[in-house]
Amino acid sequence: MSTLQPAAPAPKKLDYSSDQQVRWCPGCGDYSILKQVESVLAQHGRPKEEIVFISGIGCSSRFPYYLDTYGMHSIHGRAPAIASGMRSVQPDLSVWLITGDGDSLSIGGNHLIHMLRRNVDLNVLLFNNEIYGLTKGQYSPTSPEGAISKSTPMGSTDHPFNPLALCKGADASFIARGMDRDPKHLREMLQRADAHRGTSLLEIYQNCNVFNDGAFEVFTEKASKAEHTVFVEHGKPLLFGNGTKGIKLDGMTPVIVDIAAGEATVDDLWVHDERDGFKASILVRLFDDPREKDALPRPFGVFYVSDRPTHETKMNAQVALAKQKKGPGDLDALLRGENVWTIG
Amino acid sequence: MDTIPKTRPKTVEAREKVVILFAGDSGDGIQLTGSQFTESNALFGNDVSTFPNYPAEIRAPQGTLAGVSGYQLHFGSVDVFTPGDVCDVLVVMNAAALKANLAKLKNGGTIIANSDGFDTKNLRLSGYPDEENPLSDHSLDNYVLHTVDVTKLTRNALEGTTLGMKEKDRSKNMFVLGFINWMYSRSLERTQAFLEGKFKSKPDLLDANLKVLQAGYNYGDTSETFTTRYEVKPAPMPKGNYRNITGNQGIAIGLIAAAQKAGLELFYGSYPITPASDILHELSRNKHFGVKTFQAEDEIAAICSAIGASYGGALGVTASSGPGIALKGEALGLAFMLEIPLVVVNVQRGGPSTGLPTKTEQADLWQALFGRNGEAPIPVIAASSPTDCFEMAFEAVKLAVEHMTPVILLSDGYIANGAEPWRFPEAKDLRPITPPYAKPRESAEAEGRTSSEAEKFLPYARDENGVRPWAIPGMKGLQHRIGGIEKEDKTGNISYDPQNHELMVKLRAEKVQRIADTYRPIRLDSGPENGDLLIVGWGSTYGAIRTAAVELQKEGLSVAHVHLRHMFPFNKGLRGMLKRYAKVLVPEMNSGQLRQLMRAEYLVDAQGLNKIQGMPFTSEEIRVAALNLLKS
Repeated sequence: MSTLQPAAPAPKKLDYSSDQQVRWCPGCGDYSILKQVESVLAQHGRPKEEIVFISGIGCSSRFPYYLDTYGMHSIHGRAPAIASGMRSVQPDLSVWLITGDGDSLSIGGNHLIHMLRRNVDLNVLLFNNEIYGLTKGQYSPTSPEGAISKSTPMGSTDHPFNPLALCKGADASFIARGMDRDPKHLREMLQRADAHRGTSLLEIYQNCNVFNDGAFEVFTEKASKAEHTVFVEHGKPLLFGNGTKGIKLDGMTPVIVDIAAGEATVDDLWVHDERDGFKASILVRLFDDPREKDALPRPFGVFYVSDRPTHETKMNAQVALAKQKKGPGDLDALLRGENVWTIG
Repeated sequence: MDTIPKTRPKTVEAREKVVILFAGDSGDGIQLTGSQFTESNALFGNDVSTFPNYPAEIRAPQGTLAGVSGYQLHFGSVDVFTPGDVCDVLVVMNAAALKANLAKLKNGGTIIANSDGFDTKNLRLSGYPDEENPLSDHSLDNYVLHTVDVTKLTRNALEGTTLGMKEKDRSKNMFVLGFINWMYSRSLERTQAFLEGKFKSKPDLLDANLKVLQAGYNYGDTSETFTTRYEVKPAPMPKGNYRNITGNQGIAIGLIAAAQKAGLELFYGSYPITPASDILHELSRNKHFGVKTFQAEDEIAAICSAIGASYGGALGVTASSGPGIALKGEALGLAFMLEIPLVVVNVQRGGPSTGLPTKTEQADLWQALFGRNGEAPIPVIAASSPTDCFEMAFEAVKLAVEHMTPVILLSDGYIANGAEPWRFPEAKDLRPITPPYAKPRESAEAEGRTSSEAEKFLPYARDENGVRPWAIPGMKGLQHRIGGIEKEDKTGNISYDPQNHELMVKLRAEKVQRIADTYRPIRLDSGPENGDLLIVGWGSTYGAIRTAAVELQKEGLSVAHVHLRHMFPFNKGLRGMLKRYAKVLVPEMNSGQLRQLMRAEYLVDAQGLNKIQGMPFTSEEIRVAALNLLKS
């Protein structure tokens, strides 16, 4: 996708909005994400007909209706499979997959991991709000243990998924995390995801202000953000707390060090290398419950990037090789087969 | 036991048709033996029909009844429509194979038995009482019994080679094949060429197989046991070029041919399942036709990837068998709502649930018609024979593309694996397929349109057949959104309006009903235009019904046969046809699914002949049922 030249002149941002009224609840984090996506599309300037949004089922999956691109609002959990088929025959379009934590990690979990291992070239925006919104408030596979919801009045007994660890386990070639409340950073993550060839998995912390308000407050609100988040950048040390703290690798174990108090210097810190798969496996595991004492901060940014070939590239290469070896298919030869006899 | 003098020459007797059943352990290479002999006969010009019958286990316990694999072949100098009701010759590699299949051998039929497979262990495993050996206890006196120590003769033929005993024994089936080729006066050429291809990179194995094949042939020539060879002359088949084809091959080739005719890339999303997997294998060998095969993570992903491919402007196809089709139900509903082309093949097997994976049945007709939530009528067509699988696969694609709808094609395990000669067409004679593409458009300003609502692209506006335009991502000016949620007429926008929902349900149903307008007029397969009895069949029962109907007609009875290919919507001519007969018989390998549909649709007192044994009908079963109904 990144290889295509931006068209001139750049279209105005509004061009990508459809004529449909946006119908998320007032105050939903989805509005912010839609806005940033439109902004990134406008910045890229790709013609509208070359963009496809495919979604599953859930609040976030209404997304395609609000953009004047091609779009499919499919069935619950299956968007990765649909998008994989579509991508196999359309190698040149810009394909985006919109999904939520229930859609992609519960009912569609199987499709997600298989799409990741195949490395189908598209951008997955995984809206994680840790709740089922469209069905009005049941706990989701990312809800923390003990979460009180309509279906768990005594608290959830299920251990939640760590989505990025799951995706790393499935050999995703691009893993990143952003949040609805940090538009600038989110735009940057969207651009990075769009530029990557292969499956770009971007998890977005998204507030459901109706059924799970404040689920990510500690990461998104000014008062606590600095203490509980670490924004990782390639080649830079893992600093947080407004530069007062950092994360050091003690062997394979990440530990918090207080730079301000002189426990360590910046030079001692873990320097983020987004090409390092081993370290990325540790980074995705920074998943402490922020309420716990000495919890490691939650990372945001691009965790991991690798350049392995995409599924459709390999598929098309085989077709090309077969044509080269056997010549383009001759239908009469196929009909005839290898053993023919003639009567008459 | 043999008193014939060595000098006595072998005689050659003519036979009109022969049914031969090869049976042995599932590891004995029975399927290969059978299919090779089939090819030789077909190439010679016989009409052929086959029935491979094998256990679900790849290597069931050796020597047991559960592990018996069979390949039945009917070949003749006359028209052949079924693999045969009873066998003339039974070739058995062990005691279990004899025990499992003796009932299929006609009185006085010939048994060729591998004596090595009748040792104490094999006899015990197949459940013969201690000390009893059917080869020596005269229990087979009603048959012509030839015992041959295939194992020993094979090892002898390979004496001096470097192969291990296990490898030597593995070519036993070539001995049998060589011998049978001698018995029916066939040349070994075809099989030799096949072996040369198969063992191209393994010269020692090629050499061994060729040696054993020739040894089997020579054994017939020199052994004193066998005094007679048989000859089955070529069948008087219509002029043309022929090849052999199985149903699954027919489907794969039909799909490729139709995609080419439609100018579409073929995308096949599939999850392996018996008995449909051979379609995937065949298609994946044909990538030079631009075929893309995708072995999905599950049945749902298989159909969804095909839907995605169709959305992307290719021809999306998926195939499975009953349990897999059950998993595809929700996505079928999506494809129906999207109104995009999709072909779904169900190679039926015995059900419900896992059922009988390697056996045949026609019990998924209702699943095909009704197995979705909401009102989602999808055209359903059925193939009646291996060659018809080609025709029906082509038809499925044509209907799906030209009417923008998913289409279900029903086949079954019997015709999927069975083979018959196919007078194959030339590419230029295949019907055209025309996708109803939307016309890409420039911006409103550039085309001089106003940008008012009415001027916008309407993805769900319909033509005179109720078909919507196919706008493919990448086409300029046609951006639109589609989905499984109810949509507004014409615009495709989300709509919860009650009147609109009713309208859309009716519009979608009407579109599918109008497909019946494109059918060729219904015609009888055989028999009088009106009379005492009409036999209505569908799917793989064709050969057995055809054979029975023609026999009954020869007996002077007023019996006709019609075979349905369009299961939904029905051919409009069926209603009138049913009225022209006093009685109607519907043979099915289920409890009466078509019969009930016909009763509901036409208020006709159709009677059923129902067999649910995982095995196809014999023509005799149908003949007897027809006679009984005529008498009642």
